[in-house]
Parts: sequence; structure tokens; C-alpha cells
Amino acid sequence: MSETHDITAMADMFDVICPMHLLVNADQTIAHVGPTLAKLSTGGPPKGRAFFDMFEITRPSRLKMSHAIFTETSTRVHLRLRHARDVKLQAIVAPAPMAGMHIVNLGFGISLRDAVRRFHLNSSDFAPTDLAVEMLYLVEAKSAAMEASRKLNRRLQAEKAVAETQAYTDTLTGLKNRRAVDHILQRFLAAGVGFALMQLDLDFFKTVNDTRGHAAGDYVLQQVARILREETRALDEVARIGGDEFVLLFQGNVDETLLTSIAERIISRVQEPIFFKGDTCTISASIGIAPVRAGTVLTAQQVFANADLALYASKENGRGRYTVFTRALRRKAQIKKAEDAQKDASDAA
Amino acid sequence: MHGLINRALQYFVTDTYGSDRWEEVVRIARLDFAEFEAMLHYEDALTEQVIAAIVKTLGVKRAMVLEDIGTYLVTHPNVEALRRLLRFGGESFPEFLQSLDDLADRSRLAVEDLELPELELDDLGDGAYSLSCRHVHGGFGYVLMGLLRTMADDYGALALLDHAFGQEGEEIIDIKLVDADFSPGRGFDLGAHVA
Repeated sequence: MSETHDITAMADMFDVICPMHLLVNADQTIAHVGPTLAKLSTGGPPKGRAFFDMFEITRPSRLKMSHAIFTETSTRVHLRLRHARDVKLQAIVAPAPMAGMHIVNLGFGISLRDAVRRFHLNSSDFAPTDLAVEMLYLVEAKSAAMEASRKLNRRLQAEKAVAETQAYTDTLTGLKNRRAVDHILQRFLAAGVGFALMQLDLDFFKTVNDTRGHAAGDYVLQQVARILREETRALDEVARIGGDEFVLLFQGNVDETLLTSIAERIISRVQEPIFFKGDTCTISASIGIAPVRAGTVLTAQQVFANADLALYASKENGRGRYTVFTRALRRKAQIKKAEDAQKDASDAA
Repeated sequence: MHGLINRALQYFVTDTYGSDRWEEVVRIARLDFAEFEAMLHYEDALTEQVIAAIVKTLGVKRAMVLEDIGTYLVTHPNVEALRRLLRFGGESFPEFLQSLDDLADRSRLAVEDLELPELELDDLGDGAYSLSCRHVHGGFGYVLMGLLRTMADDYGALALLDHAFGQEGEEIIDIKLVDADFSPGRGFDLGAHVA
């Protein structure tokens, strides 16, 4: 049998068994390429071209730029096509029975999907023993399953957001939240019952947050929440309505001296040092109290404005204080506002 | 029953008859939720309730509804991913038929807890096949009828199908392949981008 005949017979066999193989002559020119590999070449048939004109070795690095892959066989070699450098291939080289010839079998490995797309390959381009098509199947099946899971996650996330906006609880402290306060306040005002709204701002809380960190800040808020609960009755409502802003609602025509004594106790307890992981956090609280007599016609906004004015007065007087709202306070504020406006006007003139 | 199967029923109704019809199904079946989640499990009885409700609201026989579901699963653009996954089974319709034995295992590769019926193809020669379909719940055979009829079209093959029940309660589909190259069929690009 002639050697040419041997080569043809072997090529025919390998075309079926491994359609991505190629036969390389002793002078490193390509003697034959398998049918799938033929689809990857551009610029004329690969036969007769130099192997290294078509391929470039990327790994192992010691084989780069050398022709050692034909002497150091049975090593896994990573290469890429010179005319399509993003298509990565892996190969194994073995000497062929014909003198000086080698057989190189190639596979796409992980870049399979890109290669299939780019060279329009189909399942008949792969040997049935090659798991290429199964891998593509898995990629698609997993993406489809993942998409279904993602839809569920998105829905749950949206539902969680809705639930949070509908909630009446401040998750950090377990107190009621702004929404709850608005709701209760509306109920009190609609029923025309007497009550008192106490607004409390923490003093120096920002310093704790900035110097001791958010974990310390959160801990402080939780301790304040505990104090507020302990200093109020079960039927009173305690809420955190902002970062370091709290609101207490006392139901009924509560005696003013009782309110002020509660405020006093709260302030003195809040001022006690709070220990967190070896740090001492010292804060204080300013309070504004707005009592509302039964039958008074007010809006929630007005009640809050009254409490705000009282709170502002406490802060003006040096923090760690409480103030009960009075009409005099409002008059004073109005006068000050008018004076400020006048001053602004004369400054501008 | 797996959420994917229940959701397929839901999508079949909404994509084919609109969401109003699905709401009616939800009402008739007395579901206490409006939508099935694909990745959760549901009581088997719920699935039967939903099928019964679909049968009632559409006024069509159960077997017909199930067959329509099979057709829907491999034709509607909203579930194109499934058609593609099935086309991975083979290059031609006969090859596809041969791949059905692996269908349950293949689907488990992607979704471990999905239990599809066990299929077994008997090649009787001369283009005649007998496909047996076993699952604790009957009716998958009808879905398969619709699916196979449509996949034959997809591959461009002409085939005749017949549904019957076997002695052990399994469903048997007789397939007679008249012409494997009857029409060009729909293309299948192995590397296509899937949305």
C-alpha cells in the first residue's frame, strides 16, 4: 500500500470519528483537515498552509512561539485561530503512523457557544461522543430555568417593597413608624378626643454615628426606643419617624405636669452613658410637647407644627430640655418671623 | 405537581385566550392566588382542578385541551425556549423520536425536581413507532400528541398519530412516519441567541 493511500484511509476514518482533527506533515504544513475544522478556515482551503499560519499557541507558555508541540506530544495545548483570535481551542497532538506526520485533534472547550454562533455549526458537525451539543443544551436549559427563578425573585422583591410601605413598624427599633403615627393622629382628630403629641429629637446623635459608626448608632436608637417604651403606658404610642426623631402619643386629656415629668425622666435617662463594644456613647434629647384638648379642631399638620415650635424652643434654650407648646410661643415665633422678614428687607434695600 | 407544569397551563390560557379567561379559570378552580410560580411545587389536586376549569370554561373535551396545550408548548413565541430544547434532541424527526427516551433525564439535568413522564420508543420498522408514556397522572399522552404533531411539522416531516391506553394504564401513541422530508420545516440554528 502506498503512503498516500494510507493517509487518505486514515483521513477518512478520522473525518467520521473526530471531525475536528487535522493531519500535519513533517514540514508542519497541513495535509488534511476534518470537515468541521474546514468550516473554521477562511481564505482558501487549509491544505498546504503552514500549521502556525493558521494557529497560534497560547498555553502552555513554554510552547509559545516554538514548534515543540510536535515533539512534546500528549500535552494539552491551548491555541487560537490567527484569523479569529477570540476563538479559543484546545488540542492534543499525537504522532501519526506515517513518517514525520502528526495528528492534532481540536475541541472548543468553553468557547463552544461563541464558535457555534460564529461559524454556523450544527449538531452534525460534532461527533456523537462529543458532549458539545449536550453542553449547549444545558446552557440553554439552565438559562431558561434561571429566568423562571429570576421572575419569582423579582416578584417577591416587589411584594416585599409593597409590604414595607404598608407596614406600621420601624424595623430597627420595633417601634411604630411615621405611617402609623399619621394614621393614629387622623383617628384622634376625627374622633375629637384629647391627646398629647410629644416630639423628641436626639442631640449629638450624629456625632455618635460619625465617630462610633452606624452599628453604634443603631444600638443607641434601640436603647432610646427601650427607654421610651419603659417610660410610657401600654396604651401610649411610641414611634420613630425619622433617623433620630421620635414621636410619642398620649391618649386622653393628660395632665400637663404628668407630661412634663415624663419628659424630664426620658431626658435624664437618655443622657445616661450608653456602652457599645467598649465605647461610651453620650447623647441627649430635646422635646417639644403639643397637648390637644378634646373637641379642638386642628389638622395633623397643625399639631405637628405646634410640637415642632416647642421642640425648636427646647433646642434654642440649649438642648436636653423640654417645652410645652403655648399660644404665646406661637406669637413669639410669628413676631420673630416678621422681624426677620423686615431685617431681610432692609438688608436687601 | 411542579410549578413549571402548572405555569404552562396558565400561559397556555393567557397566551391563547387572554388574561380574562385565566381569571375565570382561577375563579372556577377556586385558587387562592392568581398566578402559579414556575419554581415552586403545588398540590397535585390543584393541577387537576385547573385542567377541569379550563375544560369547563372553553367547553372543549379534556383530551382536546391537553392536545392543544402540547401544540402551544412548541409553537408559541413566549415558550420558544422549550421548542429549542426539544430540537436539541436530533437533526431529523426520527432522531428526535429516538431522543424522547432521554427526555425525562434531560429535563432533570436542568431542573432537578421536574418529573416528566417516562417515555419509551419502540421502533417497529418501516416508519412505524410505538411510544409508551408513563406518569402517575394520566393525560400527559394527549399533551404529547399535540407536541409530537407539531414537532413533526417543525422538522418538516409528515406523520400520523394515534392515542390509546395500554394494559397497565400507560398511554401509547402510535406513530406512522409517512414522509420524513415532506416540507422544509422550521429552521434550527444551534448557536442562535435566545432571549
